[in-house]
Amino acid sequence: MNAAFPPLGKQRTPKLPTVSDTVLDNGLRVLAVRRPGVPLVELRLRIPLATPVGKGGETHVARASVLSETLLSGTTERDASQIAATLQSLGAQLNATTDADRLGFGASVLASGLGGMLELLAEVLTSATFPKREVEGARDRLVQHIAIARSSPSVIAQEALLARMFAGHPYALEIPSVESVTDVRASHLRALHKNRAVPAGSILTMVGDISPAKATAQVAKAFAGWQSSYQQQPTPHVPDQPGRVALLVDRPGAVQTTIRFGGSAPDRKDPGYPATVLANLVFGGYFCSRWVANIREDKGYTYSPHSSIDHPPAGSRIVAGADVATAVTAPALLETLYELGRIASVPVTQEELDQARRYAIGTLALGTASQAGLAGLVSQLAAAELGLDYLRDYPKGLEAVTVDDVLEAGARCYAPGRLTPVLVGDRAVIEDSLRGLVPLEIA
Amino acid sequence: MPLAAPARDLSYAIERATLDNGLRVLVLPDSTSPVIAVAVYYDVGMRSEPEGRTGFAHLFEHLMFQGSDNVGKTEHFTYVQGAGGYLNGSTHVDYTNYYEVLPSSATELAIFLEADRMRSIALSQDNLDNQVAVVQNEIRVNVQNRPYGGFPWLTMPPLLFDSFANSHDGYGSFVDLEAATIGDASSFFKRYYAPGNAVLTIAGDVDPKQVMAWVKQHFGDIPGRKVAKPPRFSEPPLTSERRGVVEDALAPSPALAMAWRTPDPAKLTNYLPYVVLAEVLTDGDSSRLQERLVLQDRIVTFLQGYVGVMGDPIDARDPTPFFLVVHYPAEVTADTIIGAIDEEIERLASDGITEEEVQRTVARMVSRYLREVDPVLGRATHASVFEQQRGRAELLNELPGLLAAVTPKQVMAAAATLGRDNRAVQELRPTGGRS
Repeated sequence: MNAAFPPLGKQRTPKLPTVSDTVLDNGLRVLAVRRPGVPLVELRLRIPLATPVGKGGETHVARASVLSETLLSGTTERDASQIAATLQSLGAQLNATTDADRLGFGASVLASGLGGMLELLAEVLTSATFPKREVEGARDRLVQHIAIARSSPSVIAQEALLARMFAGHPYALEIPSVESVTDVRASHLRALHKNRAVPAGSILTMVGDISPAKATAQVAKAFAGWQSSYQQQPTPHVPDQPGRVALLVDRPGAVQTTIRFGGSAPDRKDPGYPATVLANLVFGGYFCSRWVANIREDKGYTYSPHSSIDHPPAGSRIVAGADVATAVTAPALLETLYELGRIASVPVTQEELDQARRYAIGTLALGTASQAGLAGLVSQLAAAELGLDYLRDYPKGLEAVTVDDVLEAGARCYAPGRLTPVLVGDRAVIEDSLRGLVPLEIA
Repeated sequence: MPLAAPARDLSYAIERATLDNGLRVLVLPDSTSPVIAVAVYYDVGMRSEPEGRTGFAHLFEHLMFQGSDNVGKTEHFTYVQGAGGYLNGSTHVDYTNYYEVLPSSATELAIFLEADRMRSIALSQDNLDNQVAVVQNEIRVNVQNRPYGGFPWLTMPPLLFDSFANSHDGYGSFVDLEAATIGDASSFFKRYYAPGNAVLTIAGDVDPKQVMAWVKQHFGDIPGRKVAKPPRFSEPPLTSERRGVVEDALAPSPALAMAWRTPDPAKLTNYLPYVVLAEVLTDGDSSRLQERLVLQDRIVTFLQGYVGVMGDPIDARDPTPFFLVVHYPAEVTADTIIGAIDEEIERLASDGITEEEVQRTVARMVSRYLREVDPVLGRATHASVFEQQRGRAELLNELPGLLAAVTPKQVMAAAATLGRDNRAVQELRPTGGRS
């Protein structure tokens, strides 16, 4: 049977959302977008909180980690249980996270509860108390959570990769040591919170069933008491990464080898960025990629090979990985090196390029079609000093990419010699065969 | 404390049709964004796979991407991703779904692709062998090679249930996966992938009349086949406590799961109080067990409570488990934790719960639900499963109101049924200390 494939219809171009963009007197930048749909508001608050370089880094990561676990443990007005009950009453979820660059809050709330949510958030920012007992409890739990995280092969691989790529830079540290967590005291958290969680340089994004002007006025009122003269320092820029020798981390008895590799990538403002995105897609960034076709759909070595470009503010990076059956570790690495070499040195076909381009443009639009998706994107772009005109300009950049551009981007970022591989697996079984393929260091 | 807003019904438009071959079709038009979601729900899941073929429903889901009449191996991905969309499929205890999200210009293409593989799929030994290897690697990465892999969704059913359908490993044993044949696949397809056993939903920026015309054009000529009524998998209630232990060589610290059987989810008014109860017990620092076990007694480092084997309470038929799962430090004993949980449940069952506590719990549940149905895909999936299992896609709009109607008395009565002698308790013990 040979039915005719239906042609694609005419695509309606979505109107760019209008962003209300205001800097309050205290320095907080407020972005608000009206996106009715369900009666909810999505909130994202990014507060710069860079890990210091040098020996204070480890201590900071530990304190920041406990900080995000205890910010909602008490204010001058409410205890942990009252904060939690208030959130429920508002139909709200609120969580805090920290990483090497920032303290972040993510929240969603019933539209009718926005005022209460903003008041609570401001209360947490200006008067979190970090009760001693709650801090001790959170610290003990975090120690347990760290042990569990570090028993997972993907975390082991990620930590080894970051340490290898970013030695000496804050990005090498993602999870604090148990010892440094144990040393955290409530007084450390109060100081960190007071001195560093400040409005200047912070960005609050609201997307949903709101009036932007009214919501911004609500923020100005609720956050008026959040004041500080402290100016944040950004995370120092990450130097371009050279490729490093592959590292093998022994995990005796592992039924799979967890393969990860990383390298430098251009950021969103780099003229070479669109071509790099397309090179990434053709190599391993989506199901139709060569890497998936090769080691999954042809050879069955793995379930989920994937390559992506991440954008931490101090330097964009390629992160790719596949978990492969132990017995086929060397063949899987061989095919991976082959596909990397191919994207770096042989032109892609026009068809591969067009396919990847349509995917990149289409899914960008899909990502803005929900309140949560749009909020995340507006917040991320703002942190990268980009506006929503990016949604119009970036597809144009993708449209202009040629086969030669993809080759150049492939050579710049995906050549095996420019990447740093880490393999976590059963050394006794896989070491010899790996040594036959690549130089290898043992962790 | 005043509530943010009373839960109210949603008002998404729902149009439906049934084709002559039995395919049920839903269209949920919404022009907010120029995107669409297409979902196909087949009424077959892990519970329906035959003995000796554990994991077959899921393996078969993989085969649905290996080609059909007009579409080559993995070309389903090529067409959808090449049109700027994304896609996937997933296998659950009572259904298997396939979906794609696309710019609305590709609506007819998505309909065509789903029709092509409902009409017939291309089966080859090479592709079967390849996907057995892929699924084995999926099981390795999600279960065998990670701490707490499959706990408790794969480990608890054999303790809580007795029949093969309810108790077996739905991911599959490697032996069973390797024993699967092309013949198995072809009879599975014939039996379960008939138009009359499926619900097709299109949600998003579409003209319903045009969509229905495309659906008739592409699906209408698929011959109807006889479809059996969904089997009943119900089991008699437990009359004594069951205890079990699983060993985990990768886990650094112990964990514990407790499970009860809920009433039949078919009767939502009897069932939803259990869904609310799970949240009352475990959602956030003001929930009963979080306050007691984590904040006050500090004997637990992580806890969750939910209904449904795979954690979605409103997508499964009877029997369905009510789960409590905790992680705790090695120096605490399981009995200490079980004792504290029993006290809290019994306190709730005897002292009751205020209107305020139920209302705030429901307020957050509703808000979370709204967040799920805001994207077109969330709407399409919820509507599909409501239509398939309850004949009522309109529950998509009605669920907030139904949750808000749950009373303190019902939650209290539900808690009273979580007894000490009608449950299964499973400890996960770390045995390796390897990390």
